Amino acid sequence: MFPLRVSDLRWHAAGRAVLDGLSLELGGEGITILLGPNGAGKSVFLRTLCGLLEPDAGHIDWGGAARPEFGVAMVFQQPKMLRDSLLGNVELALRPLKVPAAERQARARAVLERVGLLHRARDSARSLSGGERQRLALARAWVTRPRLLLLDEPTASLDPSSVEAIERIVREIRTEGTRILMTTHNLGQATRLADDVVFIDAGRVCEHAPVQRFFARPASPAARLYIQGELPWRMAF
Amino acid sequence: MNGLSLAFSEAFSLLAGFDHRVAEIVLLSLQVSGLAVLFGTLIGLPLGACLGVGRFPGRQVLVVLLNGCMGLPSVVVGVVVYLILSRSGPLGEFGLLYSATAMVIAQTFLVVPLMAAIARQVVEDAWRDYEEELTAMRFRWFDSVRVLLHDCRHSLMVAVLAGLGRAMSEVGAVMIVGGNIDRSTRVMTTAIALETSKGDLPLAIALGTVLLGVILLLNAVAYVLRQWATRRYA
Amino acid sequence: MANGVLKFLTSAVFSVTAMVSAAQAGESIVLASTTSTEQSGLFNFILPIFEKSSGIAVKVVALGTGQALDVGKRGDADVLLVHDRAAEDKFVAEGYGVERKDVMYNDFVLVGPAADAAGVKGAKDTADAFGRIAKKGSNWVSRGDRSGTHAAELRFWGSAGVDVKGQGWYKEAGAGMGPTLNMAAGMGAYTLADRGTWASFKNRQDLTIVYAGDPKLYNPYGVMLVNPARHPHVKKAAGEKFIAWITSPDGRRAISAYKIGNEQLFYPLSR
Ligand SMILES: Nc1ncnc2c1ncn2[C@@H]1O[C@H](COP(=O)(O)OP(=O)(O)OP(=O)(O)O)[C@@H](O)[C@H]1O
Ligand SMILES: [Mg+2]
Repeated sequence: MFPLRVSDLRWHAAGRAVLDGLSLELGGEGITILLGPNGAGKSVFLRTLCGLLEPDAGHIDWGGAARPEFGVAMVFQQPKMLRDSLLGNVELALRPLKVPAAERQARARAVLERVGLLHRARDSARSLSGGERQRLALARAWVTRPRLLLLDEPTASLDPSSVEAIERIVREIRTEGTRILMTTHNLGQATRLADDVVFIDAGRVCEHAPVQRFFARPASPAARLYIQGELPWRMAF
Repeated sequence: MNGLSLAFSEAFSLLAGFDHRVAEIVLLSLQVSGLAVLFGTLIGLPLGACLGVGRFPGRQVLVVLLNGCMGLPSVVVGVVVYLILSRSGPLGEFGLLYSATAMVIAQTFLVVPLMAAIARQVVEDAWRDYEEELTAMRFRWFDSVRVLLHDCRHSLMVAVLAGLGRAMSEVGAVMIVGGNIDRSTRVMTTAIALETSKGDLPLAIALGTVLLGVILLLNAVAYVLRQWATRRYA
Repeated sequence: MANGVLKFLTSAVFSVTAMVSAAQAGESIVLASTTSTEQSGLFNFILPIFEKSSGIAVKVVALGTGQALDVGKRGDADVLLVHDRAAEDKFVAEGYGVERKDVMYNDFVLVGPAADAAGVKGAKDTADAFGRIAKKGSNWVSRGDRSGTHAAELRFWGSAGVDVKGQGWYKEAGAGMGPTLNMAAGMGAYTLADRGTWASFKNRQDLTIVYAGDPKLYNPYGVMLVNPARHPHVKKAAGEKFIAWITSPDGRRAISAYKIGNEQLFYPLSR
């Protein structure tokens, strides 16, 4: 699957280019954070990666092979949960993989334990708080043991301790060898988690750099402005 | 003459006295309509769910057709099923006309479009919610249908109740294919029609009150079940 | 869970099959007859007697005579008991039925509002009575459903020399005897009814018999077996047994014994 090469991706909506020649190369290790202003096309890009959107032009090369059927999991900004127990929601993700029913429950319980929700396994998923819901969504993605995990703002509107819990889980997933591509507007989080940063503006990649270099010396003017705009907030953190 | 109060007092004495004949008729009504709704559930709900999820050419035409069929007059269904089951019809050799089976078949035809149309709406709304998640998890559309049917089970209860209401209260279809035969195919609605045509309006209203009572009871049970389920699954 | 559902389903289907077949355990025939006979209550009285002696259950489907003959033509009934002599003879002549036999007769009565605005009570015969209604233009409710009563009514209009087509006072109900009487009662209209249905009809309001007794108003019923040569599934033996019984002294006695109040509704016809 890796190296993942995205070249010149284009996607139009309502007569406007949302992805406007986006190119990117991702190696097989670590956490990459996608940064960029609202409406830059980050979510759309993640959607094309997990196959929900067909780009109008451009090409994605999955390490020289065909697009893998499984192995890419996505956590949406607003995850939807079935009217079922936590356990049922996690097991759901294993069904398309044809995991035997007996094994499904064991695997689901194991990941629920690791996201700290096992004691609520039988509760209704719809009764969870926002932070718990994000953890459940992570568990649901994690249980499939993806090679590539796409996270769309997994900590938006969470309190600091929930943010920390999510970050701990993300790191844990990564240590198991899962490649993580994640968007966030929390620059502190980016510095804490990222190995490298991809900065997107107006549907194209402006900059792709290791995290320290990106924050110390952003190369593109757009990235510099973006970081500066966020700076006061970052100091208060 | 105060026909209405007479009718209601007769209804109560009918209920209180537990008339054996009335009980038989009520039981047959429940069995025929219950089975029709059971088949409607097995056929109509998956059919509606497939229409709610699937995207294929001709789907919109089917949806309009289905919605239109909700208002199909029961007499028309009755005549069509009659012609099919008649000895001179394509399925005549089975000799099903004027039997409880014929009534179940006719009512199944009657409730399937109704239940499918409601299921389509319910499942389509849910699909809009879950489409990205399920697609990202690589669910095939048929498996999505199964997941959504299960997920919408409480809302789909409305479809089942609507089907039951329609089946229990229709008279045209069962009259034609059942023949309203005493002790064999007489159900509540055909009994009511018969008493009305005999001019025995109090008895007709009394039977109607019993019918209403049965339908209300079923709805109350469904309501309690649904309350319980929503508390359980938020 | 799927297993449980399956179990429930099979048991539900079985229980209904069991119930339905229990109801049809013994031998049974389908008798297509007219709403007027059914609603008079005659069958509820005589059929249990026949069922007891023969062990054959008779399932009555009540329709208009025309519909009943159609049902017979399609082979959906075993025996017909109807009242429209001309149509019955045609039915047998065309090979749909086996031999028509006389069973009984009742009579038609002219029913109308007690005030009798058309003065039918003084009519000298049936044709005169119908003529008076037409002349006055009083409201008339016709069955309009191709039943035996409808056919008889049209004959009477013909003998009175009245063309009812398009007349404002002439309303076609397109319904059975009972609903037609309900309509007539609601509108204060005249109508033709068979005595049986009239006697057991409860919602009379202002209606009363305004003319009856003319031999022309006699209404003979015939019985016939649907032709097994045309419809092999017809239950010939059981059907013939029923026909033999209803035309036998036992059957005749049963018919004579049926009364509402003190009024005998049907008179057996001896062959
Ligand atoms: N299905 C669609 N139809 C039309 N326009 C769309 C569609 N999806 C996305 N867009 C537009 O594409 C642009 C990029 O959207 P996207 O969701 O990728 O932004 P983003 O970078 O994730 O922003 P944010 O940080 O606010 O989440 C937006 O202007 C959005 O309105
Ligand atoms: Mg976004």
